[in-house]
Formats: sequence, C-alpha cells, structure tokens
Amino acid sequence: MNFQIKNPKLVTFVACLIPLLWLCFDIAFDNLGSNPIQALHIRLGDWSLRFLCITLAITPIQTMTKWRGMTDYRQMFGLYAFFYATLHLLTYLVVDNNLMWSIIGTDIIESPYIWFGVIAYLIVFSLAITSPKWAMKRMGKSWKKLHRLVYIGTMAAIIHYFWQLKGNLAEPLLYLLIIFFLLGFRVLAWLTSRQLNKMMIPKGHE
Amino acid sequence: MIIKTYKDIPSSEITDKKVFNERRTLIKAMLVTAVGATMPSAWANNAKPNAWDLAKSDLSNTALTPTPIELVKNYTNYYEFTLNKEDSTKLAQNFIVDPWSLEISGEVENAGTYHLEDILRQQTLEERIYRFRCVEAWSMVVPWVGFSLANLLKMAKPLSTAHFVKFTTIQQPETMPNQRNNVMLEWPYVEGLRIDEAMHPLTMLAVGMYGDALPKQNGSPLRLVVPWKYGFKSVKAIVKIELLKHPPLTTWNKSAPTEYGFYANVNPAVSHPRWSQNSERQLGSGFFTSRRQTELFNGYGEEVAELYRDMDLRHFF
Repeated sequence: MNFQIKNPKLVTFVACLIPLLWLCFDIAFDNLGSNPIQALHIRLGDWSLRFLCITLAITPIQTMTKWRGMTDYRQMFGLYAFFYATLHLLTYLVVDNNLMWSIIGTDIIESPYIWFGVIAYLIVFSLAITSPKWAMKRMGKSWKKLHRLVYIGTMAAIIHYFWQLKGNLAEPLLYLLIIFFLLGFRVLAWLTSRQLNKMMIPKGHE
Repeated sequence: MIIKTYKDIPSSEITDKKVFNERRTLIKAMLVTAVGATMPSAWANNAKPNAWDLAKSDLSNTALTPTPIELVKNYTNYYEFTLNKEDSTKLAQNFIVDPWSLEISGEVENAGTYHLEDILRQQTLEERIYRFRCVEAWSMVVPWVGFSLANLLKMAKPLSTAHFVKFTTIQQPETMPNQRNNVMLEWPYVEGLRIDEAMHPLTMLAVGMYGDALPKQNGSPLRLVVPWKYGFKSVKAIVKIELLKHPPLTTWNKSAPTEYGFYANVNPAVSHPRWSQNSERQLGSGFFTSRRQTELFNGYGEEVAELYRDMDLRHFF
C-alpha cells in the first residue's frame, strides 16, 4: 500500500501541539511531581527552546539536502517557539505569581537569570510579529538582519535556563552544543561562499 | 532530544493521606510495625517500645500545617545520589544505614565513637514542626523527630577553644553514584556552624519525620536541621561531628564562594547572585496561589537574631 501524507503541513501543525496536550494530560492526572509549577515552567521552556533549535536547523538542512520549500515550516516552527514561550511567560505571571505585581517586580529586578528570559522573549516576540510574508516584503533587507537575532535570542534562553540551576547543567549544555553547531554551520557556509565569490572574480581585477 | 520521564515510585511506597492523618493519633500503635519496617534492625530490636513516644516541644510551630509527606519524600537534594530532586527517592534505596556510628572529636573532653542506638537511648525524642527553606526558593513545613544538638554536644563537653562545629556526611561510594564518579562537588559533603549556632535550642539532630523513621532520601539515619538557614546547611547522614578552633571549609561555599556563604541565613533582602530570595514556592500550594513572602531568618528572627547582632548580613551571607 502506498501510504502518503496528503497534507504534511497540517500534520506538522497538529503534531507540534502534542507537547501541549501531553502537558494537559499530566496536569489532569497530577503527574508533575512535588513542585508542579516548576515542572510546568521547565516543560514549556524546554519546548520553546527545542522549537528554536528545530527552526535554526532548517536552513542548514536545506543547504545540505537541497530540499527546497521548507521556509514555510521554518516559519511554523518559529511561531511554535513563540507560542510555547508565551505559555511559559503566562505560567510565570499567572499560575506562579497570581499577577501579584509587587512580588513579580522584585523577582525580576533581583534575578539576573530572568533578565535573560526577558531578552529572549522580546526577541522571539519581535520575530513572531514580523513573520508574515507581507512584513518580510515591506521590511526588505532589514528583515534578514532582524531575524538573525534569533541566535542571540536562543543564546539568551539558554543562559536563562542554566543560570537558575544549582546542580544539573547537562541539559542546558546540550542546547548550547546544538546552537554552537548550528551557528558554526552558518559561519562556515558564509566563509565558503565568500571564498567562492573571490575565486569568481577574474584575475587581474583584484 | 531529551524528554524527562519521571518513574513513579510504586504506590505501596507512598503513604496514603488517610494513613498519614491516622498516624498522628495512632502513633503508639503504629510504632511496632513502622520501626520494624524501616529502622535499622539492631536499633529496632534494642529500642524500647516507648522510644517513639514523642515529647511535645515548645520550639515546634504547631500552628503550621505540615506539607503532605509524599511531596517531602519525593523532592530532595541529595547530590551524592543524583542532581535531580525527584530521582533520589529511588536511588537512595540501596544506601546502607545499619549499623551506624557517629564520631565526636576535636576540641572536646569526651571524644569518642558511638553507636547511633546508644546515643538515642540517652535522648528524649521530640516532634518539632519547622519551616524548611531551600536556597533554590522553594519551601516546606516538616514535622521532624529528634533532639537539640546542644544536648549531645553538652555530653561531649566542648572545650573553651571550640568555636566551630564541622559536620561530615558518610562516604559510601558503593551506594552513592556521584561519590563514585566524582560528580559536581567534593565528597564527602561537609557543613559547619558557629558554636553558638550549634548550641541554639532550635538546632536539632533529626532521626525521623512525620512520626516515623527518616526515609533514606531525607537523610536517614541522622541529619541536622537548622530551620533559620537555607536547606543545604542541614547536612544528611552524618558520621562525624568535630569541634574546631577555626571555621571549616564547607562544601557549597568551597564550590561557589560568591553564591553560597558559610552563614546561609534565610534572608529575603540578600539575593543569590543569580536569583531573588524575596519569595518562595511552598510545596503543596496549588496553581494560581502566589508565592510566599520569605521571612528574615525564615521566621525565627525572635529566637536567633541576637546571634547576629552587629553583623552585616549582606557581607556575612
């Protein structure tokens, strides 16, 4: 039987909601351990970071496989990173702090690890609102410049993650490794293309 | 991709809420079975049946409602076993607590090594409900079972040269994976107090909680509890207590001196360099409940503030 996914985009869209459903299931069945609010923070933050990494992996994969037409998926994954980051932020404000602004204010001012979370969120937010195609067209060259901030945003998210830990640093370090790998790929690709450009300039015109 | 899965401990190991409530009233009746099931056998055999007829203590915060026991049992920082608070329950089960002896040495008249049951026979066990505040900004309320450390130290007779007390956790690499693999910290775990802090009646040595023996992951068979300090000061599975002239170099202080001080008094005004200590998440509080405002000395200021008179708490954090 020839099995073919008729609408891969829709399937991907729904699949990206699985972590949320899974989390709802764990909330309903009290599966989040002794400190469920912290578990919620970690789960939502983790998925936001994972989607950021997936988003960043798209371009390298495209370059390596010559597989075109993944730009739409890149946008979808990026928006999901924003979606999970927003839930993460709302959990902090509402579920954890019940919108007690005096406690929230002190907490943010006194916690450097939260500053990095704020930076990461502001970047992801600005990328999300400029993600539609018309915004891309209108912004021209500055769109690309703005969207390169995704690397800074992801880095800030990783610092935000590991700066709040006392012990286990394995997981944030893994994300850091992934980001360095992906960033390294982009830098390498950029250097190679510069080299190629140089070689294409005829001799004597240098 | 790392997906955290948390393996539930078998339901047979979790204390039912009903049982937990009944235990407070049926504590005497439960003793024989509870002690038999969880205590070191030598201790259980030698213990008098009324050994756990717990005395009341004026130092107990009886107005506080203890955190449900299953939360306290399954959320422990025990780095000798794992860096994950919810994995130590399972990993600590092979830990050997029988037989157990405690060495008391240094600047004392009566130095010696004692069997734990011999020490316990000389002490009246009390139940004390204390607040417990972790440096990671979560907290709980625990009914500990134990006695004031001062009672034990007085028997050892500290010399006038004893200014500090050093506590050392057991070195048991065969059951403690992170000691075996030298993970993260320098082992064995060491903590310390100033002599006046150690002699303060609030400072206790605990052997139980919730009217029962301490679970292994909660510091069995003998741990320190200093309720006005961050939890990492309350060292678990103690094998050595030394009285010293000079302050000992303590584990977390040595590992990150700018982040974890020797004093480690709970203080909402002194932030950790990376996070605020102004508020805390109480275990057992539900979604949409705001965090608790952290109190200076964890609410024990009336009893202990005097110890730190004229001291800059920001400098001596």
